[in-house]
Amino acid sequence: MTRRLSGIPASIQRGFRRSVHRAAAAGLLAAVLTIPGTAALVAAPAMAQETPVRGGVLNSIVQPEPPTLMLGLNQQGPTQTVAGKIYQGLLTYDRKLNPLPSLAESWTVSPDGLTYTFKLFQNVKWHDGKPFSANDVVFSTSKFLMEVHPRARAAFSRCESIKALDDHTVEFKLKEPFPAFIQAFEVSSAPIVPAHIYEGSDYRTNPANTTPIGTGPFKLKEWVKGSYIQLVRNEDYYKKDLPYLDGITFRVIPDAASRSLALESGQVQQTQYSDLEPFEVPRMKTLPNVTLTTAGYEFVAPMAWLEINHRVKPLDDKRFRKAIAYAIDRKFIRDKIWFGLGRVPTGPINSVVKFYDPKVTTYEPNLDKAKALLDEMGLKPDGKGVRATVKLMPMPYGETWTRLGEYLKQALGKVGVSVVLESTDAAGWAQRVANWDYEITTNFLYQYGDPALGVARTYISSNIRKGVLFTNTMGYSNPKVDELFDQASRENDPAKRQEQYSEVQRILSDDLPVVWLLEMEFPTFLDKRVKNANTTAIGVNDTYESVWLAK
Amino acid sequence: MMNSDFWRAFARNKGAVLGLAILIAIVVLAAFASVFFPGDPWEMATAPFQPPLSEDALLGSDMLGRDIASGIAHGARVSLLIGLTSTAAALAIGVTLGALAGFHGGKVDDAIMRFTELFQTIPNFVLAVVLVAIFTPSLTTIVLAIAIVSWPPLARLARAEFLSLRSREFVQAAITTGQSNSTIILRQILPNSLSPIIVSASLMVATAILLESSLSFLGLGDPNAMSWGYMIGAARTVIRQAWWMSVFPGLAIVLTVLALNLVGEGLNDALNPKLARSRG
Repeated sequence: MTRRLSGIPASIQRGFRRSVHRAAAAGLLAAVLTIPGTAALVAAPAMAQETPVRGGVLNSIVQPEPPTLMLGLNQQGPTQTVAGKIYQGLLTYDRKLNPLPSLAESWTVSPDGLTYTFKLFQNVKWHDGKPFSANDVVFSTSKFLMEVHPRARAAFSRCESIKALDDHTVEFKLKEPFPAFIQAFEVSSAPIVPAHIYEGSDYRTNPANTTPIGTGPFKLKEWVKGSYIQLVRNEDYYKKDLPYLDGITFRVIPDAASRSLALESGQVQQTQYSDLEPFEVPRMKTLPNVTLTTAGYEFVAPMAWLEINHRVKPLDDKRFRKAIAYAIDRKFIRDKIWFGLGRVPTGPINSVVKFYDPKVTTYEPNLDKAKALLDEMGLKPDGKGVRATVKLMPMPYGETWTRLGEYLKQALGKVGVSVVLESTDAAGWAQRVANWDYEITTNFLYQYGDPALGVARTYISSNIRKGVLFTNTMGYSNPKVDELFDQASRENDPAKRQEQYSEVQRILSDDLPVVWLLEMEFPTFLDKRVKNANTTAIGVNDTYESVWLAK
Repeated sequence: MMNSDFWRAFARNKGAVLGLAILIAIVVLAAFASVFFPGDPWEMATAPFQPPLSEDALLGSDMLGRDIASGIAHGARVSLLIGLTSTAAALAIGVTLGALAGFHGGKVDDAIMRFTELFQTIPNFVLAVVLVAIFTPSLTTIVLAIAIVSWPPLARLARAEFLSLRSREFVQAAITTGQSNSTIILRQILPNSLSPIIVSASLMVATAILLESSLSFLGLGDPNAMSWGYMIGAARTVIRQAWWMSVFPGLAIVLTVLALNLVGEGLNDALNPKLARSRG
C-alpha cells in the first residue's frame, strides 16, 4: 500500500481543519485546496481574509552582506534570507514542521520508509528561460550538493539511488529507513540548482555563481556591493498571478544603530534574525508602525547551552553539572540578558522540534540543592568559600554572550564554584572548542526540524571528532543514548520513535552532558502593511511568493 | 629647602592644587573601595535598569543589576593600578634605552633610535589592540601592551637629556676620576635629568588610563576585572534607555585624566626652574 498524499499531507489537512475551525472561515479550506502551493496562507488565517493587491516593493535589511547568493555553495543566514527568494527546495514546512509543497506538488513515502517519490510542478522555468525538470533535482541532490554541501551530503548519502522516473517525478531510494529524510528538502538544506549551468563544470568557480539562476518567484536584478541587493518579480513564475510584489530590496546596513533607525523611520519594512540586537527589542516593539513576532524560526530552532568538557575534573561528574544547573536562573537569562526573547528549555530538544518531551528531570534554581550536591562530592568550601575553580570561555558572538558569561560567573560563584573568564576571538574560540581545549563554554546549535538531524550529533559518541566544530566536543559517551538515537533515526513508526526519543530525553536530562540555557528566538519586525509574510517554519527565508503590501 | 621651594612653586598653580585634590579623592576611593562598597562589584545586587538615586543604588544599576557606584569605586583600582604599573614599565624601558643611547652616542645611539622610530611609526592604539588580542586579555598583558606602546617618547626625552648633560663639566670630571659608566649614568646624569621625565611620566599615567579604558571599551579588557572602560563599553548598547550606565564611569575617566594633567602641569611648573623663572 502506498499512501498517496494529494498536494498536502494528511497531517496538514488536519492542521487546516483545526485552524479553520478556530478562525471560523469555512470558505478558506476550499480556496486553499484549489490553489496548490498556497497552503502557507493557512498559518495566518486572519491575514488571508483580506484581498491581496499586486505591486509594491518590500524593503528589508541584509546583515552582514553575504559573500555570494549561490545558495548551494553558501548557507550563512543572510544568504538564506535573500537567496531563499531566488532558489527553491522541493519542500517547505509549516510551523509544526510538517512538509508543504514548494517545487514538489505532491509526494509519497512507501510504507517501508525506503522510497520517497516527489511529483514536481509543471511549467517551472529557470530564470534564464530554460525548462526545469526532474533531471535538475537528480543532478542537484546526487552530484552538486554531495560535493559542496556537508549537511545535504549527510542526508543524501543515505540514498541507494536517486532517479528521475519521468520529467516531473523523482524517486529517492534509501539504504535503510530514515524518517527524518522528509525534513531534508528545505531550501537551504537542499536548494535545487540548474543542471544545464553546472553539469560538468567546477561548481565552486563557475562564473554563473555571480548571477544566480533559480526557479523562485524573484530574480536578482542588481547587487551593488556594500549598498543593496535588488530582486524583481519573476514574470514567468509557475504559479499564476504570483508573486504579488514587484520586488524585494535588501539594504546593506552594517551599523546596528542605523538598522534600528531604518526600521523606525520606515525605510525598511522588515528585519530578521540578528538585524536588531536583543536589547533593542523592548524599545522597537512599542513602535506604532511595526509588529514583532518570534515565530518563523521553528526549522532552525536554536538551542543555547553550557558546553562542558567531560575530560576535565570535576566536570566529568554529573553531580557537579547538576549543581551548575541548580545554580543558574534561566528565567533571569531569558528576561534580563535576552530581553524576553526565547523560552526556558527543559531538555536537549527545543520545544518546537518534533518529538520534544517535557516529562524530564528539570532544574529549577535551587542553591541549597546545588551546595548539597557539591558537598556530596566532597568539594567543601575553602577559607574564601571556594569549592572548585573552573574556566569559562564565553562564545565571542557579541554583547549578549558576554553578558551571559558575566552572569554565569556570578551565579556559580554563589554556590562556591569560582569562575575565571577567558576571552577569545571568533576564530580562536572555534579552534579551541573543536580541539577540546576548553573547560566550559557557551554555544548554540540549530536543530533543523528533527532530532536525527540537529540533536543527535551533539550527544552520540560516534560524533566525538577532534578538530570538528559542532560535534560531541564534550566527549560525552553513553551506549544507551547512542543506541536510542540510532534506533529512533531508523524507526518508521512515529509512536515508537516518540518513545525512543522520550527515553533519550529522560536519560540526557539526568546525565546532563551539557546544561541547556535557552531555546533561542529571533525577533522579526514587520511593518503593518506587509501581509502574509513569515508564515512557515523557515519564516523570512521562504519564497515570499504570496506576500503583498497593503496600500 | 628644595621641598618647600617645590611646594611653593606647585601651589602657585591653582589648577594643579585642584587636580591634586581630585586625584587624592580618587586614590582614597580606590583604596577604600571594599569599605565603601563591600562585596563584589560584579554582584547582581539589585534590580536591573534602576535609575540613579534609587534606594539601593545611588548611581543606578546596570543591565544585570550591578551597582554602578560600586563598579566605579572598584574600577578606580584597576584604572590606577594599570595607569601606574604600565607607566613604571614604560619608564623602565624608555629611560634605559634613552640613557644608553644618549650616553654612548654614535652607533649605539643610531641603533637604539632607529629601533625607537620603528615603534613610533606604528599607531599606538592599533599596536596595543593587536598585542592584547594576540596575548589574550589579562591585567598583565594589558599593562605590558600599554608599556610597549608608550615608551618611545620617554626614550627620546631621556636621550636628549643625557646628550646635553653628558658634555657638562661634572660629567667630564666624573669620567676623569675613573668612575664606571653605570655609576656615571645612575649617580651623576640620571638624578639631574629626572625633572622632565617625572613631568612626562605623570602625563603618561593619564594616557595609560585612557588607553586601558579604550581597550576595555572594545571588549579587550581583563574579563575578570571591573573597569571604567568596560562599564561604558557594556552600557553603550543601551545608552538610549539608560544614560547613567555610561555617563558616570565616563565622568570618572574625565575627572581622573583631568586631575592627572593638572598635576602634571603643576609638576612642570615646580620642577622646571627655567620655566618658573621666565614666568616670574
